[in-house]
Amino acid sequence: MNHWIIAPVVLPAMLAPLIAFVMRHDITLARAASVTGTLALGCIAVGLTVLAAGGGTHVYELGDWPAPFGIVLVLDRLSAMMVLLTAALALIVLIHVIATGWDNRGRHFHALFQFQLMGICGAFLTGDAFNLFVFFEVLLIASYGLMIHGGGRIRLRAGLQYVVMNLAGSTLFLFALGTLYAATGTLNIADLAVKVREIPLDQAALVRVAAMLLMIVFAIKAALFPVQFWLPATYANAPAPVAALFAIMTKVGAYAILRVHAVVFGPDAPAIDGLPGTWLFPAAAVTLALGTIGVLGARRLMPLVAFSVVGSMGTLMLAISLFTPHATTAALYYLVHSTFAAAALFLLADLVVSRRAGDDSLTVQRPTVQNGLFAALFLAGAIGMAGMPPFSGFIGKLFVLDALRDTPGMALGWTVVLAGSLLSIVGFARAGSVLFWKSTALAPDPKETPPPEDEPAEGAAMPAAARPLAVAPTMAALAALGLLVALANPITDYLESTANQLFARGEYIAAVLGRTEEAEP
Amino acid sequence: MNSGGGLLPIIAILPFLGALVPGVMIRAGRTACASFAAIPTLIALVMLATLAPDVMRGEVLQAEISWIPQLGLSASFFLDGLGLLFAGMILGMGLLITLYARFYLSGEDPMGQFYTYLLLFQGAMLGIVISDNILLLLIFWELTSLSSFLLIGYWKHLPEGRQGARMALAVTGGGGLAMIGGMLILGNIAGSYQLTDILEQGEAIRASQWYLPALILILLGAFTKSAQFPFHFWLPHAMAAPTPVSAYLHSATMVKAGVFLMARLWPVLAGTDAWFLIVATTGLITMVLGAVIALFKDDLKALLAFSTVSHLGLMTMLLGFGTRAAAIAAVFHIINHLTFKAALFMTAGIVDHEAHTRDIRRLGGLARLMPFSAVIATITGLSMAGIPLFNGFLSKEMMLHEAAQTRWLDNPWVMPVLATIGALFSVAYSLRFIFHVFGGPPRADYPSRPHDPPFGMYAAPALLALLVVLIGVMPHLAEPLVTIAANAVTGADLHPHLKLWHGVTPALFMSMIAVAGGIVLLVLHKPLDRAWRAAPRPEAKAIFDAVLARLVGAAQGLSAGLHNGAISRYLAIFVATTVALGYAAFSGGGLAASTRPMLPVPPVALVGFVILTLATVLVVANHRARFKALVLIGMIGLTVSGGFVYLSAPDLALTQIAVETVTIMLLLLALHFMPKTTPVESGAALRLRDGAIALAAGGAVAALALAFMTREFSTISDFHLANAYKGGGGHNVVNVILVDFRGYDTYGEIIVLGIAGLTIFALLEALLGGPAARRLRNTDYSANRSRDRHPMMMVVATRAMMPIAIMVGIYIFLRGHNQPGGGFVAGLVISIALLMQYMASGFGWTQERQRVEYHAMIGLGVVVAGLTGIGAWLAGEPFLTSAFGYVHLPPVEEFELATAMLFDLGVFLTVLGGVMLMLYSLSRISRYAGEPINVQPMDFDPSQREPAGTREAE
Repeated sequence: MNHWIIAPVVLPAMLAPLIAFVMRHDITLARAASVTGTLALGCIAVGLTVLAAGGGTHVYELGDWPAPFGIVLVLDRLSAMMVLLTAALALIVLIHVIATGWDNRGRHFHALFQFQLMGICGAFLTGDAFNLFVFFEVLLIASYGLMIHGGGRIRLRAGLQYVVMNLAGSTLFLFALGTLYAATGTLNIADLAVKVREIPLDQAALVRVAAMLLMIVFAIKAALFPVQFWLPATYANAPAPVAALFAIMTKVGAYAILRVHAVVFGPDAPAIDGLPGTWLFPAAAVTLALGTIGVLGARRLMPLVAFSVVGSMGTLMLAISLFTPHATTAALYYLVHSTFAAAALFLLADLVVSRRAGDDSLTVQRPTVQNGLFAALFLAGAIGMAGMPPFSGFIGKLFVLDALRDTPGMALGWTVVLAGSLLSIVGFARAGSVLFWKSTALAPDPKETPPPEDEPAEGAAMPAAARPLAVAPTMAALAALGLLVALANPITDYLESTANQLFARGEYIAAVLGRTEEAEP
Repeated sequence: MNSGGGLLPIIAILPFLGALVPGVMIRAGRTACASFAAIPTLIALVMLATLAPDVMRGEVLQAEISWIPQLGLSASFFLDGLGLLFAGMILGMGLLITLYARFYLSGEDPMGQFYTYLLLFQGAMLGIVISDNILLLLIFWELTSLSSFLLIGYWKHLPEGRQGARMALAVTGGGGLAMIGGMLILGNIAGSYQLTDILEQGEAIRASQWYLPALILILLGAFTKSAQFPFHFWLPHAMAAPTPVSAYLHSATMVKAGVFLMARLWPVLAGTDAWFLIVATTGLITMVLGAVIALFKDDLKALLAFSTVSHLGLMTMLLGFGTRAAAIAAVFHIINHLTFKAALFMTAGIVDHEAHTRDIRRLGGLARLMPFSAVIATITGLSMAGIPLFNGFLSKEMMLHEAAQTRWLDNPWVMPVLATIGALFSVAYSLRFIFHVFGGPPRADYPSRPHDPPFGMYAAPALLALLVVLIGVMPHLAEPLVTIAANAVTGADLHPHLKLWHGVTPALFMSMIAVAGGIVLLVLHKPLDRAWRAAPRPEAKAIFDAVLARLVGAAQGLSAGLHNGAISRYLAIFVATTVALGYAAFSGGGLAASTRPMLPVPPVALVGFVILTLATVLVVANHRARFKALVLIGMIGLTVSGGFVYLSAPDLALTQIAVETVTIMLLLLALHFMPKTTPVESGAALRLRDGAIALAAGGAVAALALAFMTREFSTISDFHLANAYKGGGGHNVVNVILVDFRGYDTYGEIIVLGIAGLTIFALLEALLGGPAARRLRNTDYSANRSRDRHPMMMVVATRAMMPIAIMVGIYIFLRGHNQPGGGFVAGLVISIALLMQYMASGFGWTQERQRVEYHAMIGLGVVVAGLTGIGAWLAGEPFLTSAFGYVHLPPVEEFELATAMLFDLGVFLTVLGGVMLMLYSLSRISRYAGEPINVQPMDFDPSQREPAGTREAE
């Protein structure tokens, strides 16, 4: 048994208490530990991805109890990829946080950050439905701590929305698990996949309810209509780098739907009869529409980005709702893309807003120092998010459109995706124009305006220019969008195998339950 | 077909690589910057020239690099006659514009940026015309929208620039999105995204039922890009760009992209009635409308802009005719329009640059002051008017000839008449451009005294003017290029003969009418202009702005209205949705017959049921009185614990009681700092709605519970029962599940508790640093403070109970593995013991007497549990694998030692630390609220107003 599989959970789980209780009086020490831990997590994730790419499903039986009686971790291409994505994003966000000093504006940032990583990685790696609930709890409570980091009235109020909505979701999760257990008598995902398929449609009422309730639970995390209401205010009022990290949190919901509703409640299960897709598709379409409408109507920068996240989740879920390997390949590509795109925009928003005295309203103010640089980065991020070339958003959008081709939802899907893109483009163009272009007209005299690299002339109140280390994470996230295009071929190959592996349920079930038969002859 | 296009990908990438250079080279000076911007263009042009001979022989060069086969996207390029024509135009004009811009841009303009944008744009355009893959083409297509956005908004401090750029992006980008849909459908019909494949399947595509949607979507892209009615309005506003940009975008590139696309897909899409009706009609309307508006524009660039709209309409119309002869005319006009229109834009730029105005009303008489420019303007202007000996005449004649032969909805007059009117206005505005700017006597009131610019600035237009005359006089020079391009468009083998004199044809008469009428219009310009200005006409920009503002307003209203921050509404929607969808899912499948009979109801159970129901109803009734509600909730909790006992689940009961006690105590403490009642915030209707939702949800949960409690099911628990002692070394299955079978879950949950402690602590730090702290300090809590806050009875009782409670805790902890109990309950029991001390003697007093740091306790707990799990690795076992053994230490009886107990110790420590940290946080609030710290353990003199023996906090 390969112990590295559990390392992404244990490493941050051991590091976090040390940071919280041993290093909490020295921020430098905490930073060093946090960066080291995240780097190590990255290395482990790379190793695991290489392992998973070699094929096969790797099972880790906790406490040496065989599935389905104990809890198992399952490393396959999908979970490995999600852990890698988490680690990459975490490193980017962490460096931004340290470079901008966000971690010093409240208590216990690094400990909560590591706990958050533990929760996310645990959710991706687990092969047990109840354990998924446990890790949802871990990441929820840690994310609440991160969300209110730094305090402030509006932030605390938004945090309340977040935690109340998600606690309601957790409660429903328990109801759903209870129902599922009553209907199948098991909690192991592979075992569930077997048991659910043994139920005929005329006895399936309970398991169908469980499937539906679970979908709603995951939909809350994935911010799908009509349970997306919490997201815009939460993301817009969270510390911007935390919002950037949350780019992966919505993906946890998407991942869970993919894992549970493709493997357990897949379209081939007679009891389920394609139930998830039927409801997910319209929900995703409305989510996409609402998100992009929000982008167009945003009056502040942070909500604008937050709504664009909602829109991107809509696009992602459109592809997921089809539950085919082909569409899942598209969804996974878009998932990776939208994670980095959202992170880049939030990090950039932080750089800009902190130089406008914390005011992120889309109004004209004097250009900030480095206006040109920020404008260029915003343009790149907006292009990525709105799905324009040359960044991966365009490829991702093509993938999703291609997946929708020849499906019953094609007309609706294409319309919302394309019209949504237009709304996003217009919304981002308006915002960028006000923030970065119109402001240049306010410069006292165009001739006197110093070029970005010079010192500000006499404006003593001008905030300091961002240090290279503070800009680097934004650039890294944007570079990821470029890499997704440049390396599209190998990446898509990996994602295609990932999607095929996900839908080749037999392999997963055999890997997880295979040893059971040996243990109990 | 041949390959051999190995250079094509390099040509395509060169401008993009080159775009990186000018931004840096600007540091070496403006000339260096411009020169380095020219180099990639020049190299690409030379490479293109080396490929030209093959293409001129009729070969099609191809190159393919695999990219994303899953999507059908590949970096494949091909070069045929049409591609060569356009690539040559793009690169050639690119060079001329680079030269012109070097002299046009002023020292204040960031030139490096300009050339970077220009090269990006050039690369995007070049990509469009040599892409062999329609997805790749789409990428380049959207890139032109983006890079033109940057170019049009180049003067970002000017509102016209910003608005024009946004409008262009919205319109052309939007069209591009429609085109994505169209192209995907096209590829779907053809079964391939390769253009070379698609072009061979014209028959199948036109016969497909998807033909019309594909056609409309693709044309939306082409029409928006090529500024066809009703999308023409963005083009004039794009004139806010610097003139070199206008000259480039509106003569050779951006707006020709739509025309290119229609030409490119001509063999596939053209030839149907739908094509003719949509394309030819749109072209015709655009041509006439553009020409008419152009005549009444006083801004030189606006005049040229509408003229461009008109000429694009002309080309569109020709392609729309769907005949080969018309296609030849279209191709020829593409070349001719490029030459004269680019030169005219540059001339307009020169006039603006020298005279500091582009307003025709303030110009005139420039011929004497700037003779070179005047000659260039006259030659190219006459070509635009379609006067013989200049190239514009030739293609216009061909257009009129085709129009004369075309029937529109069986009407032979519509086309020729409207085409002649278009030509007539074209003559008028062209002549106006020449005579009102250059003709007449010089004026005394120019904003700046004009004179001819340096050679570098008029070199480019002069060269183009030379081409205008050369092609105009010797049209056969252009014949090879027109031939191969037209062949590429039509897919046929044509041999057009371009000549100056076609004999006396209807077209000649139409031309004569146009010239004569145009002159008349110019003479009558003043009164006509007055009439035009007096007439009401829709202002496109105002409409666009109004529509957009309305749209933004609606979007604002919708998203702000939906996301208004009302948690109660969010929850109502969530619960209602859940119930509805749950019901939908439920009714989609059948329910198996119930297999368990209903049990009889013994009196004990009935009593429990009644208490539970009553308490619940009372909570609902009294929920505004918070203390009362809390007490009732405690009652519910205890009844539930009783239920656990009744159903033989002592572990659950024990845990439930402990948890209930701790949470109620903590909540009581917290409630001290909060309002004692909940205000009424919602009206009766709202409460009715919420009540209905709550009842529905409660009913649904009850029904669900009933459904699965009355049905047998087998679970994995049998395995747990069988293996708890054998494999886990414990008789208490619940505990073995918690610390062994599913220890990993417990590990996660104690971490949740630890994080909660941290979060509450951090939250409080944040709160007490903010306005909440001020509010706390200013609130007077003394009114409801007891005289003896720390009564002796309670102090004595808790002191006495403390060792007993700790004993019980240790006992529960130790027996946990085999009997009801365990680390979780033990942690809670001991925290209750400590809690009571705090309640009895006050936090400050107690705090000073305890030396364990709660942070550390949580950390220690998590680490101990983690290390226990890791310890298994040393034995080569998975995380959290337990081991146990039996130890005999006289005189103690033989007892069991299990690693699970170590894990349980971690649980114990975390629980204890977590609860105490929460308590500590609460006490911090009370200190902020001015709660004094008592020195003595109890307040022994109740008669005093002020509690005795206290000192002020901090």
